[in-house]
Amino acid sequence: MSALLSPLSPEEISAIHVSLKVAGVATLAALPFAVFVAYALARWRFPGHALLNAAVHLPLVLPPVVTGFALLALFGKHAPLGAFLSDAFGLVFAFRWTGAALAAAVMSFPLMLRPIRLAFESIDPRLPQASRALGANRLWTFLLVTLPLAAPGVIVGAILGFAKALGEFGATITFVSNIPDETRTIPAAIYGLLQTPDGDAGALRLALISAVIAAGALVLSEALQKRASARS
Amino acid sequence: MMRADFSLTRPGYSLNVAFSTRARILALHGASGAGKSTLVQLIAGLLRPDAGSFYLDDKALLDTQKRIFVPPEKRRIAVVFQDALLFPHLTVRQNILFGRFFTPKAERRAPVDAIIETLGVSHLLGRKPTMLSGGERQRVGLARALCASPRLLLMDEPMAALDHARRQEIMTLIERLRDEFAIPMAFVSHSADEILRLADEAVVIDKGRVIAQGEPAFALPGAARLIEGGRFALTSYLTTHVGAHDAQYGVTALEHPAGKIFIAAHVAPRDAPIRVEVKATDVTLALEPPQKISTRTVLHGRVRKIDADNSPLAFAILDLPGGDTLAAALTRLSIDEIGLSAGRDVYALVKSVALDERGM
Repeated sequence: MSALLSPLSPEEISAIHVSLKVAGVATLAALPFAVFVAYALARWRFPGHALLNAAVHLPLVLPPVVTGFALLALFGKHAPLGAFLSDAFGLVFAFRWTGAALAAAVMSFPLMLRPIRLAFESIDPRLPQASRALGANRLWTFLLVTLPLAAPGVIVGAILGFAKALGEFGATITFVSNIPDETRTIPAAIYGLLQTPDGDAGALRLALISAVIAAGALVLSEALQKRASARS
Repeated sequence: MMRADFSLTRPGYSLNVAFSTRARILALHGASGAGKSTLVQLIAGLLRPDAGSFYLDDKALLDTQKRIFVPPEKRRIAVVFQDALLFPHLTVRQNILFGRFFTPKAERRAPVDAIIETLGVSHLLGRKPTMLSGGERQRVGLARALCASPRLLLMDEPMAALDHARRQEIMTLIERLRDEFAIPMAFVSHSADEILRLADEAVVIDKGRVIAQGEPAFALPGAARLIEGGRFALTSYLTTHVGAHDAQYGVTALEHPAGKIFIAAHVAPRDAPIRVEVKATDVTLALEPPQKISTRTVLHGRVRKIDADNSPLAFAILDLPGGDTLAAALTRLSIDEIGLSAGRDVYALVKSVALDERGM
C-alpha cells in the first residue's frame, strides 16, 4: 500500500509527460483534418466518397500492429515519405515522440471523426443557405454558422480522440518502439513494467494515473459541452 | 423589375418557369409540390438551373448562355423562410445584424432602428431564438432580412407556420414594410387570401409550369369569390384612350382593342390614355353579337376560365384583345344554360350608365 502512495519516480513523471505531449499534439494536429474530412463526408457528394470513408475508418478495423507497420513502411527513415519529410522539413518520425504522436493521431482519427460528422449532419442545411442569402460567402458561413453549431460534436470528437491517443499502444510500439523519455508513453511503460519480475506495483500506479487522466478528460468534455450547448 | 426563366430537370421532376413582372409585391402561388420552393432557391441562387436566366432591375444574376452566375451572397436577395431559420447560436441582435455586416458599406441603406421599431422586436434583442414564439421568430426573420438592405425581399411561405392572429399581424407588417421602406418583395403562398391582400400580381405554378399570371383576383383559382366585398368588389381595369364625343347626347366613346366603350359623360382631351373600371356585376355575356338591345358597349373577348364551385355564383374571366382581363359575375345556372366554357369567343356587354368618370 505504501508503495502506491510514495511520490512519483522520475520514470513515471517522464512517462506521464511523454503521454500528455504525444496525445495533446496528436489531438491538436488531427482535429483540423478531422473537421475537414467530417464536413466533406457529411455535406459533399463526390466521386471517391465511399473510398475516403473506408480509408479513414481503416485504423479502427486493422490490427494496430498492421497500422504501425504501415506507418513504418511510409514514414520510416528510409521510406520515401519519411526521407522526404526529413530532408525537406527536418521532420523525423521514426523512433521519435513525433512518430508516437503520428501513430496516435492516425489511430484516434476515426473515433474523432464520428461525432464531428454526426454534428455536421444534424445541422439544418437551410441554415447555411440562409447565411449565404444574407451575404456571407462559403468560408464566413462555415466559420460563423456551421462550425459554431457543430461545436459540441467537435469537442466530443477532440476528447474521444485525446483519450484514444493516451491509450494507444500497438501501432506506437510497432512504429517507434519503447524508448525512455522519447516514446515511452504510460501504456508502453506499464507494458515494460509487467515484463520485469517486480514491476506489478509500478504498473498498478501508472494504471491508476492513466485512469485519473482519462476521467479528467471526460469531466472536462462534459463541462465544455454544457457550455457549448448553453450558448446555442 | 424581375425577369426569370428557369429550366431544371431532376429524376422524376422537371421545372420550366418563365415570367417577368414589375409588381411591387409578387406572389408565387401553387399547390404543394408545384415547385414554389424550388423557384425560391433558384431566384436566391441557392440552386443552379440546367439552363435559364434571371434579371433583377436589368442586372443579370444568372444567364447560362452568357455563363453568368452570381452566387447567393453577392445577389443581395434576402430570404425569409417559413420557419424563420434564425441562427440558434446567436442572439436576436446578432441575427438581425448578420446580413448588415456583410452588406458593402456604401449599400447599408436599411434604417436598422426604424426596422426594429416597426417590427416590434426591440425588447427581444438580448434573447436567444429558442426563447421566442413563432410570431416573434418570424418578425425577427423579417428584420434580419430587411437589415441586409436587399434589392429583393424573397419570402418562402412566411406565414404558413403561424396561427390566424399572428398571420394578420405579419400581413399588416408586410404592408407597412412595403409602404415605409419601398423594397420590392416576392412571396410564396398557397393561401389565396394572403395573396389577394398583399400582392399586386400573382404567378400561378402547377407541376413546374406557369399556368397563369396576372392580377391576383383573376389569376388565382377560386380567388374571385374570396375577395373582400364579394362579387361587388371584383373589378377589372381596361386601358383605353379617349375617342369621339357626341355633343348632342353627351356620350363619349373610349377606344379599346376589344371594341368601343361608351360613357355617359364628356371626357377630354381626345386620344388621352384612360383607364376604365368595370365591375364584374355590370357585365353581361352573350355567345353571339346581340342585336336590337339598348346596351351600346359590346366587347369581343375569349373566356380564359370559368371560376365556379358549388355556390350559385360563378365568374367568367375573359382575355380581351390588347391584353386586358375582364371579369364577369354570373350565375352558375346561366353558364350551364348557354354552355359557356373556357376557350369560347364571347361578347361582353356593359351598360354605359354603369360607367362614369369616377371609375377612371
